[in-house]
Amino acid sequence: MFTFEELKRSFLVSIWFVFLTFPIMVIRVDSIEKTVQWRWMNMVYVAIGSFILSFVFRYMMQRKEMKSEDNGDGDKKDKTGRSFIHRWLADPKYRNAILGSLLAAAIIFPHVFSTYQTSIMTTALMYVVLGLGLNIVVGLAGLLDLGYVAFYAVGAYTYALLYHFFGVGFWVALPIGGLLAALFGILLGIPVLRLRGDYLAIVTLGFGEIIRLVMENWGAFSQGPSGVSNIPRPSFFGIDMSLDTALVYTYYLMILLVIFTIFFVNRLQDSRLGRAWIALREDEIACQAMGIDKMKTKLVAFSLGAFWAGIVGVIFAAKTTFISPRSFTFIESAIILSIVVLGGMGSIIGVIFGALILILLPEYLRALSEYRMLAFGAILVCMMVFRPQGIIGSIRRTYTYQNRKKADGEVS
Amino acid sequence: MKLNLSKKLIAATAGLMLIAAAPVAGFAEDTIKLGVVGPHSGDLASYGLPSVNAAKILAEQINAAGGINGKKIELLVEDTVCDAKTATDVATKLISDGAQIVLGGICSGSTKAALPIYKDSGILVMSPSATNPALTQSGDYDNFFRTIAPDDAQAQLDVDFALDKLGYTKIAVVHDKGDYGKGFAEFAKKFLEESGKAEVVLFEGVTPGAVDYSAIVQKIKKSGAEAVMFGGYHPEASKIVTMMKKKRLKADFISDDGVKDNTFIKVAGKFAESAYASGPTDTSSNPLNKAAVAAHKAEYNADPGAFYENAYSAVLAMANAVKVAGSTDLDALKKALQSEKVDTPVGTISFDERGDAIGVGFSVYQVQDGVFVELK
Amino acid sequence: MDYFIELLFSGLSRGAIYALIALGYTMVYGIIGLINFAHGEIYMIGAFTSFIIATILTILGFPGLAIILLAGLAAVIWSASYGYTIEKVAYKPLRHAPRLSALISAIGMSMFLQNYVLLAQTSDFLPFPQLVPDFDFMEPIAHIVGSSDMVILVTTTVVMICLTILIKYTKIGKAMRATSQDRTMAMLVGINVNRIISITFIIGSSLAAIGGMLVASHIGQINFYIGFIAGIKAFTAAVLGGIGSIPGAVLGSVVLGLTESFATGYVSSDYEDVFAFSLLVLILIFKPSGLLGKADTQKV
Repeated sequence: MFTFEELKRSFLVSIWFVFLTFPIMVIRVDSIEKTVQWRWMNMVYVAIGSFILSFVFRYMMQRKEMKSEDNGDGDKKDKTGRSFIHRWLADPKYRNAILGSLLAAAIIFPHVFSTYQTSIMTTALMYVVLGLGLNIVVGLAGLLDLGYVAFYAVGAYTYALLYHFFGVGFWVALPIGGLLAALFGILLGIPVLRLRGDYLAIVTLGFGEIIRLVMENWGAFSQGPSGVSNIPRPSFFGIDMSLDTALVYTYYLMILLVIFTIFFVNRLQDSRLGRAWIALREDEIACQAMGIDKMKTKLVAFSLGAFWAGIVGVIFAAKTTFISPRSFTFIESAIILSIVVLGGMGSIIGVIFGALILILLPEYLRALSEYRMLAFGAILVCMMVFRPQGIIGSIRRTYTYQNRKKADGEVS
Repeated sequence: MKLNLSKKLIAATAGLMLIAAAPVAGFAEDTIKLGVVGPHSGDLASYGLPSVNAAKILAEQINAAGGINGKKIELLVEDTVCDAKTATDVATKLISDGAQIVLGGICSGSTKAALPIYKDSGILVMSPSATNPALTQSGDYDNFFRTIAPDDAQAQLDVDFALDKLGYTKIAVVHDKGDYGKGFAEFAKKFLEESGKAEVVLFEGVTPGAVDYSAIVQKIKKSGAEAVMFGGYHPEASKIVTMMKKKRLKADFISDDGVKDNTFIKVAGKFAESAYASGPTDTSSNPLNKAAVAAHKAEYNADPGAFYENAYSAVLAMANAVKVAGSTDLDALKKALQSEKVDTPVGTISFDERGDAIGVGFSVYQVQDGVFVELK
Repeated sequence: MDYFIELLFSGLSRGAIYALIALGYTMVYGIIGLINFAHGEIYMIGAFTSFIIATILTILGFPGLAIILLAGLAAVIWSASYGYTIEKVAYKPLRHAPRLSALISAIGMSMFLQNYVLLAQTSDFLPFPQLVPDFDFMEPIAHIVGSSDMVILVTTTVVMICLTILIKYTKIGKAMRATSQDRTMAMLVGINVNRIISITFIIGSSLAAIGGMLVASHIGQINFYIGFIAGIKAFTAAVLGGIGSIPGAVLGSVVLGLTESFATGYVSSDYEDVFAFSLLVLILIFKPSGLLGKADTQKV
């Protein structure tokens, strides 16, 4: 396996990385005291590390290429071109068993694990819903939105400020937050939806920043950068709950919301509207020719996506009891987008996996302490390089001709 | 194949459970677990990491001397990125891991988010840098203490100094839009207006991290301000003083203790000369302070960063309280903190009922020949 | 009137800074249609490399001009190497993948590089030596425009002219344009597309390195996070001008810089970014492909 040629290549890669990382890794200077510190050991680590990693990288690339030669996609597929998870879910026998056991696991989870585990799982579930919401916009309708966090912020601030000024409770604020976010989605959507691709991306990014900056600067309204504190947790018929119970309660709320969202989005996908979105994503002009109102369809996608973000925003404010503009930076949008892409665009199961991985990963990477975010960045790159279509890609709608002996994978 | 997969699944689940269960296994009472929280990555890492260093150095020293009442200190360092959501998750994690006292909450915002959770579990939290007045004055968080003066106290000091000692009548108040900087600036503005002696000719925020501040400096120049009062941290402060000198603006510069940091002088160099900043009284000649800085230099071969002394003092105060109280019970600790005086790098301190430090004298410093000199 | 001119030059120098970074963004985008979020990090690495080399040279007692040239050269060499390597590792395997995958890969790369410098160097702010001296002949107008502002303005102009010539009149430039129009077709006519993409990354990264050094010297401090903030603004500027267009990137940067400067001067710096982004939205509504971008007609 280790031919001379490969050893030579890895050796060259290792030399290259030693050169590349030389100033940053080896030298450290103090320009005031005029001292230079040479850390030669780092050079040795880089050399050994890159030597080994170059083998791994090459091996993984080969595997990826071999697979794509096999069946055009990374998954083990049956003849209808579905990966095993989709296959399991398509079979009612398996599906009920899987869904049932998942639900049971979700229900007993807070009683088996610590408060911390419940807390981060709740956070992860929030991102599942955010991911599913953004999936409508990016995955189904194909509109790249880099400012999704703005709608999340609208929801969170709706609850925080309604409570702060009028003492409105969680359950009243929940729908208001969602609807207000949807309204913002429409307001933003009307002028910008005729932009395409990356121009739309940058405008939504700008919009996200505008919302955050306004919250930061308009102190009289939003309490500025110091944020709104003492937001009450979700109530349950006015019963006083201890912190632990409240967290578990929020967790169950999130489970319900996740189930509802999955149900809703799943039905939506199969609806006339969902098909219109997918068609729009594939070819706008053909779509218009077929008589689909482009603006209306896009606006509905935008506002529906925003609606979920608003709902989660309200829950977020209730869960952390404190919000400030710092929670709604561009990085947050990037993370939610990563969830959608990493999971597999347009695929509900994929987005769920993506959210769980991306949100729980940094928590479990805490063992690496200061190397945590370094590892997170590296994993993001590797995931994309080795599985660009996402963990679980969406299945394209296929029609199989019964009279054919050999069913074709994708009929377009 | 399917069998194989389910085996793998079982193995993975078991592995996950083991990981999850691991912290519970270490729940023995033979150590004192000190949580250290703050931003250890991201844009604010430079304010969070010095506290970790302070805690590491002191934990090593205390453990080498036999620990507190025979118990060793164990550090649980967790990154909150100054994000409210992460900070609350970290709080539940620390509680699950059995932390008994917590150093930190670097940013006021994320500290505010996490405090109710610590309070619920009766855990003492001491921050080296969260200056939002409401943290102590609202009375909501009786488990919270800090070794830094709140925004309003500092703003009062700076305003008095600017009006009485320097006699300015036109002052521009500038801040960095952050919760610390803007909080300070708003109090400064309020006190200036209440005094009736000076006019606030400009009140604006600059965007932190912007590549160039010349426009705001030109605006200050146009406003005719004799002095700029800045709320925020040293990176923006050094950019502003540099730009002020480069644009030949002759207004004085007064700031808070986010700026009274040696990095400010290092970065701004000759442009920092004659700038004023408030900070804890007379720290550099304090032998404890010298020892603290020397320990950092020995360990990390670099000067300590922002809030290092405050964090160092906080750990000393908490260690002493644990020693006196003989336990980590919140009420006993509070009593000890309020009654016992501790020698720390920021002075001999104890705490008032609300949790603010008494004895952290505050003075105004001026940069003279490249060092902060206390003005009496 | 004085005030207006002061603000005008503040805006111009800010715009010139954005332009140095935006040019790299726009080149990479023009060639492979990727928003290279790691570009800001390359700028940061350029600043760090020049900081390290400049400090060593100062200790060794080199004269000022030699320091600025050698530090600049080192920054260019290493930043270009980083750009080249990042393209090979994180983007090249994704060339036939969905475009969003490459975007996420870029975001991951940006996080990785930030934390890499944070861990290998420091989290703290470092004082960057003033490499550009204060010229005596600038003294009378120093209150309006400083020496380093002037150097940045001149550098940006020179770089823009050179790039335009490179792309319009040289063989490599022709190959670049061909690659950006139709990659498959370019391959068919014998253009080594991989090489052209690598060269684009190398040129873009070199520009970022020069920008990193000059800007760091101008504001006097560096930190591992500077690239991210500057990168977002430069990206905005590139889109404003019409992404993929070289003069557009410069024009967009200047417009953005002036908007921020005048918003600060005549309204409030609290809302300078709000103005900047609102302007972006407005311009894109009326000119959906930026100021100088080609209005792409869609073929059916």
